[in-house]
Amino acid sequence: MSDTAAQRRPDETDGADERAETDPPTDATTDESTPPDGEPTVGPVSTGSESVVAALEAAGAKTAFGVQGGAIMPVYDALYDSSIRHVTMAHEQGAVHAADAYGVVAGEPGLCMATSGPGATNLITGIADADMDSDAMLALTGQVPTDFVGNDAFQETDTIGITRPITKHNYFADAADTVGDTVGEAFELSRAGRPGPTLVDLPKDVTQGETDETPAPAAPAGTDTDPSADPDAVEAAARAIESAERPVCLFGGGVIKAAASDEARAFARDNGIPVTMTMPGIGSFPEDDELCLSWGGMHGTGYANMAITHADCLIGVGTRFDDRLTGGIDTFAPEAEVVHVDVDPAEISKNVHADYPLIGDAKQVLTQLTDAVRETPDAAAWREQCAEWKETYPLTYATPDDEPLKPQFVVEAFDEATDDDTIVTTGVGQHQMWASQFWTYTEPRTWVSSHGLGTMGYGVPAAIGARVAADTMGDGDRDVVCFDGDGSFLMTMQELSVAVREELDIAIAVLNNEYIGMVRQWQDAFYEGRHMASEYGWMPEFDKLAEAFGALGLRVDDYDEVAPAVEEALDYDGPAVVDFHVDPEENVLPMVPSGGANGEFAASEDQL
Amino acid sequence: MSGDSSGPVGGPNSAAGAEPAADAQPAPEERPQPAGRRNLEGIRIDPAVEAEHDSRRAVISALVEDEPGVLARVSGLVSRRQFNIESLTVGPTTVDGHSRITMVVEETDPGIDQIEKQMAKLKPVIAVGEVSGNAVRSELVLLKVAADDPAAVHAVTEMYDGRTLDAGPHTITVQLTGNESKIDDALDAFDQFGIIEIARTGQTALARGDTPTVPGEKPGTAGEPTTRD
Repeated sequence: MSDTAAQRRPDETDGADERAETDPPTDATTDESTPPDGEPTVGPVSTGSESVVAALEAAGAKTAFGVQGGAIMPVYDALYDSSIRHVTMAHEQGAVHAADAYGVVAGEPGLCMATSGPGATNLITGIADADMDSDAMLALTGQVPTDFVGNDAFQETDTIGITRPITKHNYFADAADTVGDTVGEAFELSRAGRPGPTLVDLPKDVTQGETDETPAPAAPAGTDTDPSADPDAVEAAARAIESAERPVCLFGGGVIKAAASDEARAFARDNGIPVTMTMPGIGSFPEDDELCLSWGGMHGTGYANMAITHADCLIGVGTRFDDRLTGGIDTFAPEAEVVHVDVDPAEISKNVHADYPLIGDAKQVLTQLTDAVRETPDAAAWREQCAEWKETYPLTYATPDDEPLKPQFVVEAFDEATDDDTIVTTGVGQHQMWASQFWTYTEPRTWVSSHGLGTMGYGVPAAIGARVAADTMGDGDRDVVCFDGDGSFLMTMQELSVAVREELDIAIAVLNNEYIGMVRQWQDAFYEGRHMASEYGWMPEFDKLAEAFGALGLRVDDYDEVAPAVEEALDYDGPAVVDFHVDPEENVLPMVPSGGANGEFAASEDQL
Repeated sequence: MSGDSSGPVGGPNSAAGAEPAADAQPAPEERPQPAGRRNLEGIRIDPAVEAEHDSRRAVISALVEDEPGVLARVSGLVSRRQFNIESLTVGPTTVDGHSRITMVVEETDPGIDQIEKQMAKLKPVIAVGEVSGNAVRSELVLLKVAADDPAAVHAVTEMYDGRTLDAGPHTITVQLTGNESKIDDALDAFDQFGIIEIARTGQTALARGDTPTVPGEKPGTAGEPTTRD
């Protein structure tokens, strides 16, 4: 049992109700005007910007990531006197990914800031990323003064229009008197129900405008809705689970977001139900538990895909049945009755029909389900079958003498050298798959990656956000390891400057194959090996680049160099980059080709 | 395989030095595969009886906050999720700050369900639902026809309870209102004169009698807010 109270993240015990009672920050912005009933207060303020900052402080925001610029300057000026720590990033994309990862690790909304025009458009990738992965985040963007909006003024862009489809909701602040309330509402909305990014566009005249209206403390949004599922529906689902012969749990990212890992573990263990996860669900259930079949889908384990394919009852919790998980929908768990727990009614039967829809918060509904299932399903034979598949289809790789260093080996070396609470961040591509396959995750909020959007370049800024979050939570001893590809690393490596300046202790392992490796793999499998625009052929020397930034830079080519380099990188007090030159021809396996049947995954290249 | 580290190098999951152990794993055709299938909507089906849903026409009514961008949010949602929409109308209600959006869509039952659920997620949407089949529906059409035979145009206009809004030397502009089939019939009849231009509002709809137009909506009398229960 690894999920003891001592190891639980602090956020996992605190629900929305407790948030409302959180004391306001005890700094200059809270004064003797605190009323006797203990309601948090803010202010006094004299400008819209001060109102914005007061609202953020009252909501509990501790850290912001951003980049300065003309239209956002008034807000930055108000931050000068604030308790909120601001981390200046090299690029707005770095700011938004760092804020996203901060939120994932801390379990509270990330906060990022950018100016109008290019500042705002540089946030777009990260906002879309947070939207796809349901990450709570608030983006604040400067805007040209209200009178100039619509006139194509300098650094004007229609931020509201551009971010409308990739935010949970966005707000155009139109008055200094109400801008603080708007920001407070947007912060709370981002974490209410199904989390997601929100944005407030802040015209300069509004933030500069005079006001003495202190923002009202924002009520935690969504607390007026019942987080539990309909009891009759729970009973019906419980009967289906009790009578199942081949039940499988499928835990998604929603389990972690709802801080429901303890409930999920109790439900599966109490009922002896084998567990699969989605990629965002990694960490919800410990991979060293014998019930755990790891994660399913395109590059998931063969045994997870076999179990999902042959299940007669699939209990999906906090998952949206994304196509990378399901493969071809016609062959996805084709004989399973589906119990689907989700807080977002629109996810019910969107991709996979739910026979037993349970709409509610995962934490609540899992507790309801655990209570309602009175007879453990008779699944001993099925558990044996799953264990047999685990033996038959292990995750494995070969290390022949005549082939270069294997990337999987590097992942395992870092895993062995670090504790279970280590936070792993990644970019997107082959290295991401190996980092998820060959590391044994046991705790929630230790796997931080870009799933739905698949954003190359996520890894380094995410490591910065994760490090700052861990430090803010008093977990300075936790390691943060970023696995990156050479292609991903090149997209955002300028953020190394931030890690050095802020003295952030992170280890970056570049699994360098001088390819956009996943594209190369697909070209070999589906495009007759025509390596169009996937082969870099030349890469900078990342170890020297790291040194130029002021970080520790190492280069590794051989197996015997791996362990010492891992140790040196982890021991180094600050950012370290290890450039691992790995086998360029190594492929990610197993693999379910796009739209294929999960049960027909290819275990080796010749099965593709 | 796991933990077998007999070779010179290898981590916990490597088949040290050997050929990939994956070669030894059963190929897809050697594995058991279930016979069941799902259709495109993710519903389990008997593969022998492919149960495709037919699409149908539905009227979706939404009560929304009348704030800047609300129409863009709704239309953006419809286009992004590729909902098949035939018309969309929007207008104020008896309550200040509330508008009603009426959409006619052509979708399968799961598709209609998704439209309603996705609309409901938009923050300015107060209530949304499908208008029941026997609701009153109407559309307004303006059309301009050639004025070669004014008397005949006038006769057809009368026949369909239309009004002549403008009569010039070369064109006559007529207003028609009614449900879809009446409008379609009228347009067929006007076609003989040569329709020069046409503008249609698309259908709007209200439920009959005491039934709320949007399920869950509480119809108000004049001045009273129409709200969700």
